[in-house]
Amino acid sequence: MSVQSTQHVNDDVTKLESVVIRFAGDSGDGMQLTGSQFSVATALEGSDLSTFPDFPAEIRAPVGTTFGVSAFQINFGSVEVSTAGDEPDVLVVMNPAALKVNLNNIRKGGMIILDEGAFNAKNLKKAGYETSPLEDESLAQYNVIRLNITKMTVETVKKFGLGNKDSLRCKNMWTLGLVLWMFGRKRQPIIDSLAQKFAKKPDVANANIAALNAGHAFGETAEMSSNLHRYQINKYEEEAGIYRTVNGNQTLCWGILAGSQLADLELLLGSYPITPASPLLHMLSDLKEFGVITFQAEDEIAAICSAIGASFAGKLGMTTSSGPGIALKTEAIGLAISTELPLIVVDIQRAGPSTGLPTKTEQSDLFQAVWGRNGDAPIVVISVSTSTDGFDVGIEAVRLATKYMTPVMILSDGYIANASEPWKIPDINDYEAFPVKFHQDPEGFHPSKRDPETLARVWAKPGTPELMHRIGGIEKDYDSGHISYDADNHQKMTNVRRAKIDNIAHDIPLQEVSQGTEGGKLAVIGWGSTYGSIHQAVKKARKDGLDVSHIHIRHIWPLPRNLEALLNSYDKVIVAEMNVGQLNTLLRSQYLLDSVLLSKVSGQPFKIVEIHKAIVENIGDLK
Amino acid sequence: MNKQVDIKKLSPKDFETDQEVRWCPGCGDYAILKGVQMTLANTGATPENTVFVSGIGCSSRFPYYISTYGFHTIHGRAPGFATGIKLANPDLDVWLVTGDGDGLSIGGNHMLHVLRRNVDIQIMLFNNEIYGLTKGQYSPTSRPGLITPSTPMGSVDAPLSPCVFALGAGARFVARGIDTSLKELPVTLARAKDHKGASFVEIFQNCLVYNDNVFGEFTAKKTAKDTQIHVKHGEKMIFGKDVIKGLRFNTEKFGLEVVIIGENGITEDDILVHDETNRHMAFMLCELESPDYPVVCGVIYCNPAESYDKAVQDQVAQAKRDKKADFNALLRRGRTWTVE
Ligand code: SF4
Repeated sequence: MSVQSTQHVNDDVTKLESVVIRFAGDSGDGMQLTGSQFSVATALEGSDLSTFPDFPAEIRAPVGTTFGVSAFQINFGSVEVSTAGDEPDVLVVMNPAALKVNLNNIRKGGMIILDEGAFNAKNLKKAGYETSPLEDESLAQYNVIRLNITKMTVETVKKFGLGNKDSLRCKNMWTLGLVLWMFGRKRQPIIDSLAQKFAKKPDVANANIAALNAGHAFGETAEMSSNLHRYQINKYEEEAGIYRTVNGNQTLCWGILAGSQLADLELLLGSYPITPASPLLHMLSDLKEFGVITFQAEDEIAAICSAIGASFAGKLGMTTSSGPGIALKTEAIGLAISTELPLIVVDIQRAGPSTGLPTKTEQSDLFQAVWGRNGDAPIVVISVSTSTDGFDVGIEAVRLATKYMTPVMILSDGYIANASEPWKIPDINDYEAFPVKFHQDPEGFHPSKRDPETLARVWAKPGTPELMHRIGGIEKDYDSGHISYDADNHQKMTNVRRAKIDNIAHDIPLQEVSQGTEGGKLAVIGWGSTYGSIHQAVKKARKDGLDVSHIHIRHIWPLPRNLEALLNSYDKVIVAEMNVGQLNTLLRSQYLLDSVLLSKVSGQPFKIVEIHKAIVENIGDLK
Repeated sequence: MNKQVDIKKLSPKDFETDQEVRWCPGCGDYAILKGVQMTLANTGATPENTVFVSGIGCSSRFPYYISTYGFHTIHGRAPGFATGIKLANPDLDVWLVTGDGDGLSIGGNHMLHVLRRNVDIQIMLFNNEIYGLTKGQYSPTSRPGLITPSTPMGSVDAPLSPCVFALGAGARFVARGIDTSLKELPVTLARAKDHKGASFVEIFQNCLVYNDNVFGEFTAKKTAKDTQIHVKHGEKMIFGKDVIKGLRFNTEKFGLEVVIIGENGITEDDILVHDETNRHMAFMLCELESPDYPVVCGVIYCNPAESYDKAVQDQVAQAKRDKKADFNALLRRGRTWTVE
């Protein structure tokens, strides 16, 4: 709640620019559903928004424990919102464990809505509380609204004759009803989706809808007697168009499919389930009408191998995974490089090493993407910076993969994979097509024949008469494509594989300054999902008159051709990333750049204040 | 499928490439290569619609020597590539060449799944019971006690039987051949090619450098008639130089036994008829080992079911019929709102 802009519209409605709400409860409390439903209702009211689902790796951790806490944070407003917000203004907690885990994140003076019905001795003990926080001073600095949500929900849904368990499951909808009332969001879209979701269980649907309505009604009637208030958040002025909310996995999935359509190729996804990349497999599996074939392979390796096989056979092969799975695919990526076949590899990064924190975010696969293979094995690496950015990144990846006959790795991460934002829906017809032309001409054909300009080798697919050829991972003769152990030839082939990828720097956009000026005192460099936090931190600093700019790099490899000069135009450069300095090391090694690292690896995205603090400190040093 | 009218009948020679073959002189792979080229010619294969896929190992060099499309991939993973190729273009006739190390050690997992899924490809597993290309280490089919550079005191690994593995994995076509048996091998391979679904053919292949004559016991031409039996569906399993030995089902021992017609009151009626659709019989036949039993060759099991690639294509075709592929509409599915 940006306090500066708080203004009373009338006695009982307070106008706000933006609000951060965090719904937290047990994994079984349905917090993700609550949060995503609230997001939909909010988006339909025309607010800008950004969400952050934050859930444990266990599907159902032991009830009531701190490690079973699942949360969903949303930041929405009438102003530009680009992160899920540093500190919640409103924390909704369904049990003591959720309070314990989330209390230190909430803004001092913020509001806590809690279900006191869940604050019993058993739950307090499970959460590790010795004394109830409701009884001591620990919540003194907050505006605490204690409601017996459990009791009120059970009473509301009694008439539907559900069991105790199903009745308690409606608590989240009661709470959502209340929050909808507080922020003036409509109930109808949620009622519609509950009716749809539980179409086969009308009692459950009706009970949930009744709970939603009861929570809403409670707000209306209790307004006078409690410290509940209503808040008004006006519409955010967006460009005209049709909008929807999307998360990063959706836009990436659609972007790659769009790319394949523009390339006039059908897509084959070979994949193996892994958090947080599985939604891509699910979504593409349901798009068969576009000719998409999905193959859930026996493991990560077979998954990528099937994709490469498909590319060899004339489809666009694609594979999706996260860090540990990409590690398994590494040898096969090398083969795709060696045989120069187009391939899309999606890495939805998560905290590592090894299994790491499967549901927590990190950007620590950059080295793996750029350098993680045996031999000199360059590929194209592109990163996704926001939940909506995946669409254009997907198209660009397909364009480069097919034009240059190369694997392209897309780096996204667990944060943007799950976070939603409003998206102005594009029109596929506005994008320029880049149809693939398979090689047909037997005259002088050999499988290593290249386009003199792009250096891409020809793509001749099986089934084409007179172009029968053999390819493989053994070094190939530059002039015939036959296997070759010749020393000079290996040098030449290594050089050409490298030149082909380097050359792509001339076919990607020049690096732009996303905010601020070319040249100046300080620039914050980011890549991937840190976009929102850096954007807001730089915006704030510039508002305060600081000479700082934001540069966000999409093309990690090859790097944009003007990047070196651009980075050198600042007195100082900070590289902010969620790893211990991978882009920073890359930039330093490429440009001998004396950059400063701002690193965070807590499994949580950067807060705006953390970047802002680094800006202030580094600008201070420059004086 | 429609019969294709041959414009020009290709000969085995037409399936040779200009590549210098790099196997050791005398390697069993040469004979198999010849057998495959004969099969392709005999069955009227079109080179442009045929793809050979392999992993890594001596046998996996195979695609370089066949004038079709070919993909020499990475160790053990050929089934993944072959699956992708077949899914991408079901009109292609896909052959997978692998060995006992490539296909059953590093690639054992993939072999299991490609068979279980029943992808419509032919799998030729060249079994030489040794790692050739890496210079003679024992393999998952090597016999216990084998002395190799990595087992100087003899191998203590229990070996597996490729055909029993394949049957266990759910393969619906299991056959066996011998590298130098060029009369029978092309017939078996032609059946494999004809079979819709995954066809698994184990080929005993002699590695004369690291494991010479390991199959000599039953492949020696002189005694072959008594040490091998080439089974045919619907025919009695009779073998031997004098054509008087046969396989009989012993109900007490619950297994097969070798009997001699004319001895102990045994008549031809006692001899089992080969039923290639009987999986139990297939297991029993695959488990027979020399010298106590003849080694069973030919098509041991063939019981077709819908192939994976066909089922996948059918679903795609159905989705294309039922839903419109409208990309802009896809992006607008679900809740949207308009900003004026
Ligand atoms: S090592 Fe053995 S299997 Fe390999 S080529 Fe030589 S003889 Fe054949």
